[in-house]
Amino acid sequence: MSTTKNCLAAVLAAGLGLGTLTACGDSGDSGGDSENVTLVTHSSFAVSKDVLREFERTSGYKVRVLKDGDAGRAVNKALLTKDNPQGDVFFGVDNTLLSRALDGGLFQPYKSPALSSLDADTRLDPKHRVTPVDTGDICVNYDKKFFSERKLEPPKSFADLAKPAYKDLLVTENAGSSSPGLGFLLASAAEYGDQGWQGYWKKLKANGIKVVDGWDQAYNEEFSGSAGGRKAGGERPLVVSYASSPPAEVVFADPRPKTAPTGVATRTCFRQIEFAGLLAGARNTEGGKALVDFFASKAFQEDMPLNMFVNPVRAGAKVPAVFTEHGTAVRDPHTMAPGKIAEKRDDWVKSWTSLVLK
Amino acid sequence: MTSTDVTSTDVTRTGATAPPRVPRRRQRRRSAARLGLMAVPAVFFALFFAYPVAAIVGRGLRDGGHWQFGRLTEVLGDAGIRQVLWFTTWQALASTALTLLIALPGAYVLARLDFPGKSLLRALVTVPFVLPTVVAGTAFLALLGRGGLLDDLWGVRLDTTVWAILLAHVFFNYAVVVRTVGGLWSQLDPRQEEAARMLGASRAAAWRTVTLPALGPAVAAAALMVFLFTFTSFGVVTILGGPAYATLEVEIYRQTADVFDLPTAAVLTLVQLTAVALILAVHAWTVRRRESTLRLLAPESTARAPRGAGQWALLAGVLLSVLLLLLLPLAVLVQRSFDTAAGYGLGYYRALTSADSNVFLVPPIDAVGNSLTYALAATGIALVIGTLAAAALTRPGRAGRLVRGFDALLMLPLGVSAVTVGFGFLISLDEPPLDLRASWILVPLAQALVGVPFVVRTMLPVLRALDTRLREAAAVLGASPLRVWREVDLPLVRRALLVAAGFAFAVSLGEFGATVFIARPDNPTLPVAVARLLGRAGELNYGQAMALSVILMAVCTLSLLLLERLRPRTGGAAGGPAAPTGEM
Repeated sequence: MSTTKNCLAAVLAAGLGLGTLTACGDSGDSGGDSENVTLVTHSSFAVSKDVLREFERTSGYKVRVLKDGDAGRAVNKALLTKDNPQGDVFFGVDNTLLSRALDGGLFQPYKSPALSSLDADTRLDPKHRVTPVDTGDICVNYDKKFFSERKLEPPKSFADLAKPAYKDLLVTENAGSSSPGLGFLLASAAEYGDQGWQGYWKKLKANGIKVVDGWDQAYNEEFSGSAGGRKAGGERPLVVSYASSPPAEVVFADPRPKTAPTGVATRTCFRQIEFAGLLAGARNTEGGKALVDFFASKAFQEDMPLNMFVNPVRAGAKVPAVFTEHGTAVRDPHTMAPGKIAEKRDDWVKSWTSLVLK
Repeated sequence: MTSTDVTSTDVTRTGATAPPRVPRRRQRRRSAARLGLMAVPAVFFALFFAYPVAAIVGRGLRDGGHWQFGRLTEVLGDAGIRQVLWFTTWQALASTALTLLIALPGAYVLARLDFPGKSLLRALVTVPFVLPTVVAGTAFLALLGRGGLLDDLWGVRLDTTVWAILLAHVFFNYAVVVRTVGGLWSQLDPRQEEAARMLGASRAAAWRTVTLPALGPAVAAAALMVFLFTFTSFGVVTILGGPAYATLEVEIYRQTADVFDLPTAAVLTLVQLTAVALILAVHAWTVRRRESTLRLLAPESTARAPRGAGQWALLAGVLLSVLLLLLLPLAVLVQRSFDTAAGYGLGYYRALTSADSNVFLVPPIDAVGNSLTYALAATGIALVIGTLAAAALTRPGRAGRLVRGFDALLMLPLGVSAVTVGFGFLISLDEPPLDLRASWILVPLAQALVGVPFVVRTMLPVLRALDTRLREAAAVLGASPLRVWREVDLPLVRRALLVAAGFAFAVSLGEFGATVFIARPDNPTLPVAVARLLGRAGELNYGQAMALSVILMAVCTLSLLLLERLRPRTGGAAGGPAAPTGEM
C-alpha cells in the first residue's frame, strides 16, 4: 500500500518537475537579447501603438514595457532591483524623487544628442544620468458646476483654500504615498516657507480638508467634478489633481462635452518634471540609449500629451488642440530644487502625517 | 465515513487510541516515505516562500554583513508603530466578534433549515471571499460612502470610519463561519438536544449544554481563521479606512513601497510573522484538543423546513443580513457597470474589447484569458504541492513535532504580507538557474502559495478517511500498484481533488497583493486590470473597471456554483476548508 502512494507521489512530482522545467526554459529568452530593449516605468505610462512601432521599425529594437504601480512605487521597486535590473531604461522618476534615485545609483550617465533641444529649466542633472521627458503641474481642480450654482468664485490661491467660504470643500492625497499629495505639500512649503507651511496646514485642517490615500480615490470617488466622482456621488468640489485633468475629462467622456466640466486654480500649482534614464545594470545599453533618444524625439513628445496628459519639454513639439482648448497653461508654478526636496522630504512627510492625519 | 474537515482532520491524527505497534524497521521505512513525500512541498516552500521572505527581510536588517537587530527595539519603541500594532489587534478582534455575531445565525439556517434556493444562497455567501479587495472596497464605498445608499436614505456615511472596515471584514469572512461551523452543525445529531429537552432541560439549557460544546471547536477554528484574515487585512483597510488607519500589513506596504524604509518594513514583517505563527499555533492547539466523540449524520437528514415563528424570523433575519451586507454592495457594482452616459447599456463591456485604451497595450478583455491561464497553472501547482503535503501528513506512523511543524508551515503563507512575498520574489528569484522574474510562471507560483493551504485543508480529511484495507484487498487480488491507485484511490479522492482545485482556482483568480507586483504589464490579470483602470481618470475607464469587476465576479461565481455541485456527499468534508481569503 505504501507503494501506491509513492507512485502517486512520483507522478505528481514528475508533473511538478515538468512545470519547473518549462518555467526555467521560459525565462531563458527574456534577458540578454540585444534585439529587445526593456522599459521599466509606472502605470501611467502610455504611448500610441503606431508611434512605438515606428521606433521599433527604424531602430530595429523590440520594446518591452514593464509598468509598475504608481510613480513613487515604481522608483522604489527599481531601487530594490537595481543590482539586477528588470530592464534597460527607467521612465517616470520625477523631481520629487530624483535625488533618491540618483543617490541610490539607479542610473548610468548618458548624454542624449537630443538634450540641447529640451527645455533648459528641466535639465536638472549636470551628470546627465537622467534626461527630462515631460512636465506636468499638480494643481487644485474645481467643479465648475458646483461653483456656478452657488454663485461662488472658485479659489485661485493657497490663501483662498484656507478661507471659510471654502470650508469642507477640498480633498487631497496622502503626501506619504501619492505624488500629487507630495507635490501639493511641497508647493505649500514653497509658498509659505520651511517653517510656515505647518501653520498653513493647521488652517487647512481646521477648514475641513479631507485626505485620502491616492489620487484615484480623491479624483474618481471624492471629487464631484470628475466623471467617476459624479457617479460615485463625490461631494468635494475641490481636489488636488493635475492641470491636464480637465482635458482628460473631455477626451475620455463619451460623448465628448463641449467644455471641460472642471477648471484649475492656477496659483496652487507645483511643477513636476519627469525623467528617463539608462539603468545602471542595463543589459542592452545601446538599445537603452536609443530608447532615451526616442523619448526626447519629436514623434514621442507630440504623442505624449493625449496619452499621459503631460506637457512636452522639446522645443517646437506641438500640443493637440483638445489639450490647449480645455487645458490651462500654468504660468508661474511653484518649484523646489531636488537637493532641497531630498533633504527635507522625509522629515516633512513625517511631520505632515502627524499634523494632518493623526 | 462521515467527517467534517475541522473535526476529523485532527482527531484521526492524534487518535483516541494508541497506534498499533509496528516493527521498528517498518516504522523507519514509513518515516522515510513520509520524508520523501514532504520533500517536494518543503523544497517548494523553501524556494518560493522562505527564501524570498528571508531575502527581503535581510535587505532591510543586514548592514555590512551584520544583522542589525537593534532596529527591532527602535522601531517597536516608535509611538506611531505601536499605534499600528494596537489598531491591528483590536480591529481584528472586533471584526471577528462581529462576523461571528452575524454569521452564526447564517450557519444555523444553512445547516438546519431546509428551504428552496438553499444551495444558491450557500454559493452566494461564498462569492465575496474570492473577490479582489479593490472591487469589494469600491462597492462598499458606493454603499457607505458619500452619495452611497445609506447617505441617500439617512445621510449616514461610514467611509473612513472603522465601521466600514468592520462591515467589509464581515462581508469577506461570512463564509468562513458558515462553511466551518455550518459544515459541522449540519451533521450534529439533533436528537441529542431533543433528548436533553425531553429530560427537562429548557431550550436554552439544552443548547448550552449539548449543542454549544459540540460546536465549540468549530466556532473556535472559524474565529481564529477570521482573526488571522482580518489581522493581516490590506485592501479593505487601505480603500475604506483612508490614510489614517493602518494595519501591520498596510504599514509594511507603506514603509516598503512609499517611504522606502526597508529596515522598518523588515521589523514589521518579522512582527507579523511571529503574530501569525502564534495564531496558527493556537489554532493547531485547539484543533488537537477537539473531542472525537461526536455523532455525525449526513447533512440531508438533519435539515428540516422551518417551523414556528422563531425559525421563520431567524430565516428572514439571515436572508435580510445576507441581502444587505453581501448582495447589496455587489448589486451596486453591477448597476454601475451598465450605467453609461448614454443610459443603461453594454457600452463599457464593448469598450473592454478595444485595444485603443490608453491604459493597456492590449484590450482589457485579454485579462480574462490571462487570469484564467494563470489561475489554472496556479491550481495545478497548488494541487501537486498540496496533495503531496496532505499525503505526507496522512502517512501512518507517529505524528512527531516535525510533521506538526510542517503542517503549520503550510499555513504560514496565508498570513505573510503579500507585498513582502512580491518584493521578495523580485529580489531573490533573479539569478540563474532561478531567474524567473521575467517569466510568466512567477504569477502562478505566488498565487499557488495562497492556494496550497486550501488544498491541504481539503485533502487531509479525505485522505485520512481512506480505508487502507480496500487497497490491500485489491493488491492481494493481484492488482498492480498503478491499477490500485487508478481504481481505488482515484475514485475516492477525485471529488475532493476537484473541490480543492475549485478553491485553489478561485483564490488564485482573486489574488491581488503579490500579483500586482509581478504580473507583466502586457499580461495583466483581472484584479490588476481593474486596479489599473480605476487609477485613470475619466468615465470610460471607471465604467470599464466596473464592467471588468463584474466579469471577474461572474467567473468566480460560476466556479463556486460548480463547486456546490461537486460538494461531496459527506458535506463538510470538503465543503469547509480553512476558507479562502478575499485578501492576499
